[in-house]
Amino acid sequence: MSTAHEGRDEHADPHLQHHFGSMAQQYDSGKFGMWLFLVTEVLLFGGLFCAYAVYRANHPEIFAYAHQFLDKTLGGLNTLVLIVSSLTMAMAVRCAQLGQQRRLKQMLAATLLCACVFLGVKGVEYEHKWKHGLLWGTRYAPQGETAAPAAAGTQVETTAAAAAAPADGGTTLPHAATGPEGLADRPQAGHGDAAHGGHGPAGPAPRNVHLFFGIYFVMTGLHGIHVLAGMIAIVWLLRRSASGEFGPGYFAPVDFVGLYWHLVDLIWIFLFPLLYLIH
Amino acid sequence: MSTHDATTAPPAAGEANYLNCSHGFRSWFFTLDHKRIGVMYLASILSFFLLGGILALLIRTELLTPTRTLMSADDYNKVFTLHGAIMIFLFIIPGIPAALGNFVLPLMLGAKDVALPRLNLASYHLYLVGALIAVLSIVQGGVDAGWTFYAPYSTTTNTAVVTLTFGVFVLGFSSVFTGLNFIVTMHKMRPAGMGWFDMPLMLWALYATSIIQVLATPILGITMVLLIVERVMGIGIFDPALGGDPVLYQHFFWFYSHPAVYIMILPAMGIISEVVSVFSRKHIFGYRAIAYSSIAIAAFSFLVWGHHMFTSGQSELMNMIFSALTFSVSIPSAVKMFNWLSTMYKGSIRFDTPMIYALSFMFLFGIGGLTGLFLGSLATDVHLHDTYFVVAHFHYVMFGGTVIAFLAGLHYWWPKMFGRMYDEKWGRISAIIISVGFNITFFTQFVMGSQGMPRRYYAYVDKFEPYHVISSLGSYLMAAGFFMTAWYLVKSLYRGRPAPANPWGGGSLEWQAASPPVMHNFTDEPVGGDPYDYSNQAYDPALGGYVLRKTEVSDR
Repeated sequence: MSTAHEGRDEHADPHLQHHFGSMAQQYDSGKFGMWLFLVTEVLLFGGLFCAYAVYRANHPEIFAYAHQFLDKTLGGLNTLVLIVSSLTMAMAVRCAQLGQQRRLKQMLAATLLCACVFLGVKGVEYEHKWKHGLLWGTRYAPQGETAAPAAAGTQVETTAAAAAAPADGGTTLPHAATGPEGLADRPQAGHGDAAHGGHGPAGPAPRNVHLFFGIYFVMTGLHGIHVLAGMIAIVWLLRRSASGEFGPGYFAPVDFVGLYWHLVDLIWIFLFPLLYLIH
Repeated sequence: MSTHDATTAPPAAGEANYLNCSHGFRSWFFTLDHKRIGVMYLASILSFFLLGGILALLIRTELLTPTRTLMSADDYNKVFTLHGAIMIFLFIIPGIPAALGNFVLPLMLGAKDVALPRLNLASYHLYLVGALIAVLSIVQGGVDAGWTFYAPYSTTTNTAVVTLTFGVFVLGFSSVFTGLNFIVTMHKMRPAGMGWFDMPLMLWALYATSIIQVLATPILGITMVLLIVERVMGIGIFDPALGGDPVLYQHFFWFYSHPAVYIMILPAMGIISEVVSVFSRKHIFGYRAIAYSSIAIAAFSFLVWGHHMFTSGQSELMNMIFSALTFSVSIPSAVKMFNWLSTMYKGSIRFDTPMIYALSFMFLFGIGGLTGLFLGSLATDVHLHDTYFVVAHFHYVMFGGTVIAFLAGLHYWWPKMFGRMYDEKWGRISAIIISVGFNITFFTQFVMGSQGMPRRYYAYVDKFEPYHVISSLGSYLMAAGFFMTAWYLVKSLYRGRPAPANPWGGGSLEWQAASPPVMHNFTDEPVGGDPYDYSNQAYDPALGGYVLRKTEVSDR
């Protein structure tokens, strides 16, 4: 190690930090560190996947019922958008390695655009849930399926109804007479475009539907925060790439942000079927 | 790279070292030097150790009488919660890895720094932010949920739970970054010729610790997030009234917090492995067994969390599995213990302060570990659960184990860190006072716990009063020992004899750096070799320390 230090070229790459012997060692260290960080991210989400598994195993009827309020079309669109963004990110890494400055910037910008679209669509979905009171825990106060979009004005009601028990009479959604373990009233699968909350699924609602929405909002919310963090990192890359800093000799930051971005994408690939595509 | 002459002479007085090579607040607060970051960590954790210790004395003073002595019951709940949270999250967990480990890890590898110095600094800054947030909860009136924050009480009490748990969340990131950095450093920065089994055992211990930090802490993070979301938004995931499951919280919490126990004890065991060998002047016995047992403890640590929940309504089968797995942890722990004892066998033992602490560690950790078996077996645990027996057990492990080993390491590397020798006589006296005081404090708690004194109680049955009085008196004795330690350590910074590079005759690479080391650690390339081979050292009375024999350095 020390020999490597002493023997290193004083005119080495300006990106080489003093305590490393070579750029290769520095790159390997950074990449290993990034992978370890991704391990911690997987474990962070792992806790939520664990909570999901516990509640789904204990209350399958809640998940079978409540997932129908999620919009499969918008969710699918977002899945597509994120997959495309992973492609553009991978191409950005390639461009950095080849030193193609213009295409690097284009690809980063395209990735950023995809991320914006993703969050925009997510925002539309959240707003929809909000309007219909399909929220978590104490805030769960569903507006009935007959509620016209105009009734969205009553969304303040959700706050007022917050303290009330979920089973208050404000909803036209029928309530199950069965306990949490009730398996009798599974809603029929493949309900055409039941996706829209406005249409509402058939079948009586089981108890504690809000648990699903609690898990939905925590999981997608945490994922959304990760998308935001990735966008900040991509903006940082764009700023640095403006000066043509990246090239065949130094592309580690692009590579590492790329790894992170693929993980964020991957987590969504799991979230989408687990939350939207339940049968 | 370095402008210093490559001479092996002792550091000339006035030569720039890492402490005086630059000055000013910014040169410390924004430094990327692992040694300065380690020293800042050390100062921070010792401050919180003082705070947590004062809270402990308040608890012991309150318990002098069966009823009110100093404070109200509500205040008492807040004091023991803060004592636990501060000691665990602000002192013990970052204690050995982030303070001592940060300082010695690159030196032991003969490297100039950790692999990711900026991440190292970020870890310290996050620690400070997390600590400030946690302390803010005191200003907001404190927290009374206990350091474990069990739902549903933690989600319903009207104290500053959100602030404290958010602080813990941030501190978790700090811990992850330290562990991640250490793993990368040990993988990528080992010098040519130093294989995994040529590393000092301290590094094996830090490696095992780091694995746990990286793999377990994210679970704590998400647990704290869920608890905060539960409180702020009422998500209901831990609230039975909303269909949630409070026992799930316990699973989540202990999935981190049991491995966290090994984050605390593993680096302590690493220190003991170094100190026992150096002060017995004898090669460590069973190097590979100690190295593998560190990894084994790290692996087992993830499989035993359920033993905290024997009485929480787990299924009988799960209880039995967790109990059996808990017993299996004692095997790698015992492997270490026997290896240390075998290392001392027929060694020429020197009773310097670090060694007194190491011996004290073996005694106290032995008791702490063996009483863990009482609690790990199902039948006795039902009786002992939530009594002072548990309190005594984990203090024997956490304090008698980790803190005592931390003190051993602090005294062992103090000359290296600050270039000064502390007063050896006062060091030995304090070490003995602390050990005796500790036993008086906590052994009585084993007795009263086994007789049924419940933990966390403010008022208690009169028959326990003598035990509580003895325990409290022991804690005052221990506090006296700590103040003596603080006094002679601080004094040594100003009046201490300048330390030679290798005052104890240690064989690992950090002892080849100057005391204190120069900015980039080594003025000349350290000579590698077996870290536990003392045959090539000679004592130089003029220096008051050991030097490498010039002739024929063993290169295996």
